[in-house]
Amino acid sequence: MDFQPSETRRMLADSITRTLAKQCDYERRRAVAYEEPFHDPALWDALAELGVTGALLGEDKGGFGGEGFDIATVFEAMGGALCPEPMLGQLMGLSVLADAGADCEAALAGEERLALAMGEPGGGSGLEPPETRARQADGGWRLDGRKSVVWGGGSAHRLIVSAAHESGMGLFSVRAEDAAVAPYAMIDGGGAAEVSLDDCPAECLIADGQAALDRAVARGQLALCAEAVGVMDHVQGLLAEYLRTRKQFGVPLSKFQVLRHRLIDLCVELEQARSITLKAADALDRAEGTRAVSMAKALVGQAARQWSEEAIQLHGGIGMTWEAPVSHYAKRLVMIDHQLGDSLWHLERVAEAYKAA
Amino acid sequence: MDLSFSEADQRFRDEIRTWLAENLPAEMAKKVAAGDELGKADLEHWHALLNEKGWLAGGWPTEFGGAGWNPVQRYIFEEECCRVHAPRIVPFGINMLGPVLIAFGNQQQKDYYLPRILNGDDWWCQGYSEPGAGSDLASLRTKAERDGDHYVINGQKTWTTLGQHANRIFCLVRTSAEGKRQEGISFILVDLDTPGIEMRPIRLIEGGHEVNEVFFSDVRVPAENLVGEENQGWTIAKYLLEHERTNIAGVGYSQEAFGKLRGLAQKLKRDGKPLAENAMFATRMANVECALEAMRLTNLRMLMEAQARGDAGSAPSMLKIKGTQIRQEINDLARRAMGPAAAPFPSELVAANIPHPAPADHSRSAHSYFNNRKLSIFGGSNEIQREILAKQMLGG
Repeated sequence: MDFQPSETRRMLADSITRTLAKQCDYERRRAVAYEEPFHDPALWDALAELGVTGALLGEDKGGFGGEGFDIATVFEAMGGALCPEPMLGQLMGLSVLADAGADCEAALAGEERLALAMGEPGGGSGLEPPETRARQADGGWRLDGRKSVVWGGGSAHRLIVSAAHESGMGLFSVRAEDAAVAPYAMIDGGGAAEVSLDDCPAECLIADGQAALDRAVARGQLALCAEAVGVMDHVQGLLAEYLRTRKQFGVPLSKFQVLRHRLIDLCVELEQARSITLKAADALDRAEGTRAVSMAKALVGQAARQWSEEAIQLHGGIGMTWEAPVSHYAKRLVMIDHQLGDSLWHLERVAEAYKAA
Repeated sequence: MDLSFSEADQRFRDEIRTWLAENLPAEMAKKVAAGDELGKADLEHWHALLNEKGWLAGGWPTEFGGAGWNPVQRYIFEEECCRVHAPRIVPFGINMLGPVLIAFGNQQQKDYYLPRILNGDDWWCQGYSEPGAGSDLASLRTKAERDGDHYVINGQKTWTTLGQHANRIFCLVRTSAEGKRQEGISFILVDLDTPGIEMRPIRLIEGGHEVNEVFFSDVRVPAENLVGEENQGWTIAKYLLEHERTNIAGVGYSQEAFGKLRGLAQKLKRDGKPLAENAMFATRMANVECALEAMRLTNLRMLMEAQARGDAGSAPSMLKIKGTQIRQEINDLARRAMGPAAAPFPSELVAANIPHPAPADHSRSAHSYFNNRKLSIFGGSNEIQREILAKQMLGG
């Protein structure tokens, strides 16, 4: 048994962290994450240069990572700096391209940005079967429908779109300029888009796409867990520092037992979140991967809410302000539970195993 | 034991309900229901409508232009207002300064300021907290030094809610450095047009402008603006906080939010079924509904006790803790229900004319959730409330 990250992954994490410290500090992040294009193309290029995009696929697909631990390494490091780069879409998009046997070179190099257009309007979980329709016409494919809250949709060059057709659910490639893409900022920063597809030309990547979509989504769910761990880890530092330095009633807040104990309760939850994320990373490509990922997403979602609310509460009014970095970290922690199934959705999936065979 | 409202209370409720049905502007109710921020004009308009009816200051004695309602009637009024999504009464003049002036103000102050609060001539804001004095309010350092017929104020206040709409501010200031910290504080009224005052917006977590910081540099305020005696400010502040805490349980707001949540959960589909039929989600809803119904009765029980005794005692602390927990849990479920569609900044969608990905009247659910994290922080954080209760029970 060995819980140490490999030398290569440790070096990748360090170099991401160093780059983000320079190019995605609090000020810069605040300026970038809420203004179009809701990320920093120069930072995107710098991360690609470091090998972040390349780490998202295995060697057999032209990358140099692709395992659960590679994904976790990248997203945990990005979470620590609240990096708004649309890497989640890249991860899931690359997973589909690789499964389709399509050319991944430009996306692996970060020259082409991908977004997975899966969710649709109506306020569902975003994981329901699509109502967007695909049909064959003039030797190609045409799509009709609307995709909703497509993370990174505004800055993507190519959209990977799920759509129903005569014989099932397929995954399609759409050039961004062929669709009507309306980008906007999210409440926790970073961009998403509403995508309208109106007789939109598309290329079919995989006609029977469910298995590939499930794999891509599982990768995304793991990434979000790791990101949350990175965010919580950073907030731990902010919170400890605040309790040590903020004085009320003539003493630092860290002298108040009730506050000390609450910080420690949070730290216990963080270590639990770290552990279940390791389990999910380890199991990702095995049969038990789906359930392990759901266990992680369920636990992390709850830990993240607790961290978010307590981080704000223990900071008092300061934690409620846009100016304080902690508020943006707190928002991200809550909103991670709005992506790819919330903790209740995942608990339900974990509980499915209790049904008698 | 009789848990039902008296016949007189029922008649009172009917009267309120009928009036609201006829007088609450539909556009306004729609905004409140959607969680949109109301502008100054909307709030002033609502105040004017209520004032015309004589219901703006429900708790003030009739001799000062109030409705003279008892706590149970005030509760019923709040419940009925929430039921139809009426705007909240801006509390700073009506619920905070008004009761203070009635209890501590001199005749001149009562005659001048109380009518101005009612008819909307003055919009008051609050200058209590300071950057270094939050939970530990008695450590406030904004100084008022006597200079002839004036006090000269220097210092900084913060978390001044809706100060951007206000023309006056009531402040706690330090007038003496001697003795116990609480004994050197005074309560003073300041015209915001006085030279030397600067108000700056504080942007909140969800992006809105609701609170401000206020800077005072050599601000000369007539000595007659002092309320009560010099160095009596802490007593007044405590009195004011008690009034701020009537209806602190926010039962009406929670009921309103829960009703909205219930409608939303029936409307939204999760995996092909209404979200309301999802066992995981429905269990969480049921839990909070049980807590809310208990809170409704706890609140009424404590209101009746307060009415009988003429003093709320420590009840507001308990009501604040549980009431805010319930409201925040409902807010959590409302944003959770929206799934990914909770994420967009609704203002951005409106500006770009993009249709919202989910029921538009719930588009602000994440905003409300984040904004309402303030509930357990302001007006004495829930930690401070617990400390008040623990001290009372255990001493120390």
